[in-house]
Amino acid sequence: MKNPRLQRMLVTSASSLLAVFVALCICAVILLITGKDPIEAYRTLFGAAGETKVLQGALNRATPLMISAAAVAIGFKMNLFNIGVEGQMRVALLATAVAGAAVDLPAPLHILFCLVVAMASGAIWAGIAGWLKVKRGVNEVISTIMLNFVALSLVAWAFDSFFRAESTTGSLLVKTKELPTSAWFPDIVDRRLNGMFFVAILVLVLFYVLVWKTKFGFQLRASGANAGASRVTGVNPKRMVMISMLLSGALAGLVGMRALLGDVHAYQNNLAEQQGFNGIAVALLGRNHPLGIFISALLFGYLGEASGRLQLIDIPKEITTIMTGIIVLAVVIINEAVKRWDDRRIQHKAALALESAAVPA
Amino acid sequence: MTGQSQFGQSHLGQSQLAVELHGITKRFPGVIANHDIELLVRPGTIHAIVGENGAGKSTLMKTLYGMHQPDEGTITVNGTLVQFKTPTDAIAAGIGMVHQHFMLADNLTITENIILGAEPVDHRGRINFKEARDRIEALMTSLGATFNPDTNVSELGVGQRQRVEILKVLYRGAKILILDEPTAVLVPQEVEELFTTLKRLVADGATVIFISHKLDEVLAYCDEITVIRQGTSVAHTEPSQVTRRSLAELMVGSDLPDPSGRETKVGDDVRLQVTGLNLAGDIAGAKLALEDINVAVHAGEIVGIAGVEGNGQFELCESILGLRTILSGSISVCGQELSHTETRERINMGLSYIPFDRHREGLLLDAPLWENTFLGREENAGLTNGPFISRNKIEADCRTIIDRFGVLTPSEQVPAFALSGGNQQKLVVGREMAGHPKILLAAHPTRGVDVGAQAAIWDELRHARDNGLGVLLISADLEELIGLSDRILVMFDGRVTAHLNPATATPEMLGTYMTGEEQGVDG
Repeated sequence: MKNPRLQRMLVTSASSLLAVFVALCICAVILLITGKDPIEAYRTLFGAAGETKVLQGALNRATPLMISAAAVAIGFKMNLFNIGVEGQMRVALLATAVAGAAVDLPAPLHILFCLVVAMASGAIWAGIAGWLKVKRGVNEVISTIMLNFVALSLVAWAFDSFFRAESTTGSLLVKTKELPTSAWFPDIVDRRLNGMFFVAILVLVLFYVLVWKTKFGFQLRASGANAGASRVTGVNPKRMVMISMLLSGALAGLVGMRALLGDVHAYQNNLAEQQGFNGIAVALLGRNHPLGIFISALLFGYLGEASGRLQLIDIPKEITTIMTGIIVLAVVIINEAVKRWDDRRIQHKAALALESAAVPA
Repeated sequence: MTGQSQFGQSHLGQSQLAVELHGITKRFPGVIANHDIELLVRPGTIHAIVGENGAGKSTLMKTLYGMHQPDEGTITVNGTLVQFKTPTDAIAAGIGMVHQHFMLADNLTITENIILGAEPVDHRGRINFKEARDRIEALMTSLGATFNPDTNVSELGVGQRQRVEILKVLYRGAKILILDEPTAVLVPQEVEELFTTLKRLVADGATVIFISHKLDEVLAYCDEITVIRQGTSVAHTEPSQVTRRSLAELMVGSDLPDPSGRETKVGDDVRLQVTGLNLAGDIAGAKLALEDINVAVHAGEIVGIAGVEGNGQFELCESILGLRTILSGSISVCGQELSHTETRERINMGLSYIPFDRHREGLLLDAPLWENTFLGREENAGLTNGPFISRNKIEADCRTIIDRFGVLTPSEQVPAFALSGGNQQKLVVGREMAGHPKILLAAHPTRGVDVGAQAAIWDELRHARDNGLGVLLISADLEELIGLSDRILVMFDGRVTAHLNPATATPEMLGTYMTGEEQGVDG
């Protein structure tokens, strides 16, 4: 293993795996304290992994997580913490539900139209936070959190006041006018796995290419790694902030589309709830790398899908939510510790390599 | 006081010395920061440690304050051999350090700042503010300081903040105070006040170790002087034994280099022309940061800018790069006026920049070397493929830079933080020269690098100059300035105060201009 890059990747993945393992151990202790058998619980939880249905469900649940994690990660790459994915997603959901129902287009175009509206509205909402940071120096963590609340209330109000449609089926659930079928995103496996999964994969691939393979991506990473150094090379930090915020918001707009275009086909109040927030956890566990994000989203999707099984053996399924939370905490702590260790290791190795190479004077 | 001009011959018994360092050597990867240093400080004196930037003064003081351990040598405090593992050990031994950059919490009061981390508490764990105040007021009286200890630190001026820092150290029981370039941030009246304070302390039995490179202060106020040059102590003397000139020579070494007999001629075409440049200060209404600056750099010419840091050199570079909006004046590269061009365009026109601080503005420390040598060169068609980066080409280019500049590294894949400072600097210099620039702004190109790396960087600069590169060299290192420059300008207080010929310039001349003692513009 001479390749330092490969080594670093291995160390990184090992630290994420370690975090998951630690979280499993802590959850086992919690289960023990509450008088449940952790071994049985984990056997039930992970025993379902071989079932096609469960896997399809896991991929389906992973779909929005991959997109929202990519939205968070693109911000992270530029040292921006976009916590507002949830709010940006919500704005995009209502905007797309309303605009999508208002137009009449042939199927593929209609879907494309909806996706574009979603991305544009998400980007606009995120752009507010970007604008505040660039013009007024407002920390994006604060502004995106606040804008989440604003988005939630604004969308709920707008929906309630202008866009609720009278239910035709007599259902009590209030929705917007249903999208025409031409805007429905087709399923890959009927009612189990929606085609938005491929969009999510595409997003991750494009994310990878953009951030790691292009000049723009290099400037984005450089600006995030050392704003001062990229400033003197003529990269305008404010411009980078704005662009990455807009990109992040555009992706955030796509997060809810599996639920909207692929499932419910109309806006309702709890649609795609929490999927924006969960992306933060997925991005953290996945270390902002597309491959890591894919695997983490799959893990979280699987935990969500299989958690129902626990109830069959009388264990509350919320244990998986606790597990998710502990994984995130463990990731943050362990990553930092491992990074420090790895930095020292690399420094030491470089020094050693030079000493053995140097000819004694 | 019987003067001793050589160190190590003090007539005093060893037990009477406050601080005694013998044979201190401290190595950092690739660099020897301190080598065989001797320091003898008598109690009740103000002892100056003078030396150029990068001579190793701060490293030595960090050793004495327990911030790192020496590789060789002994430390004796008040006659006892000691080993400090952390600053806490040093504080326990009665040593206190006042850092150059204040470490105060703005939103706390003076009292709170002073007791922070050393709060007197009663048996219930509550802070006894009464006791703290009494002690602080007593200390203030002995210092001659007159401020209300309940004032917020945010309301204090620089000089007062420094007084609070000193109080903080005294509060912790320090009898030996280390002050790291305390006057760098002070105006002349404040300097006066500071020394009055220090004299009082010394009269009360404290000992002050005073780090400086300002010779006037040292000669005027200090009792003894130890001179450090290139990491080692070269003399131990007293103000009465030396003149400003002889002290300056001790600092830089008596034989300044010849302004190298160059074979090529300075070209005729003007590469960089700065005319009547004015730049507003950071605070609205304050005086100008740059005032009527006129500089021209020709092809094949190195123009040195001498000056104590903070006199406008940084602002000049940022203005030329287009990172600051200038008030008036014009800047042109190769005859092309630059106003309204963005930084990136200026760089594409052949402007290159070795930044003042390689960590803050030169490197992506966590990124591999090949990404570091690519930084700022994204428009280089040889390293990219349309909108995409060509990793193979960039890596090959990085290896070329590594070879040519002798960067010691296992490969181009290691992150930049794994390299020693000298090698990091060589990498930055290599990157900035790799694009064959027309004009290079080189700010402290050899700061903090070892002698070998320094020679290599100088050779590259000379070589590039002979091939027609125009260089604006900003440096505080007189040897570098005199050895490389074809002309030297001195900057003081945002203005060019002197034009000197390196062949005739002496360190004393440079010193007088750099400290603003004389401001006439002569030939």
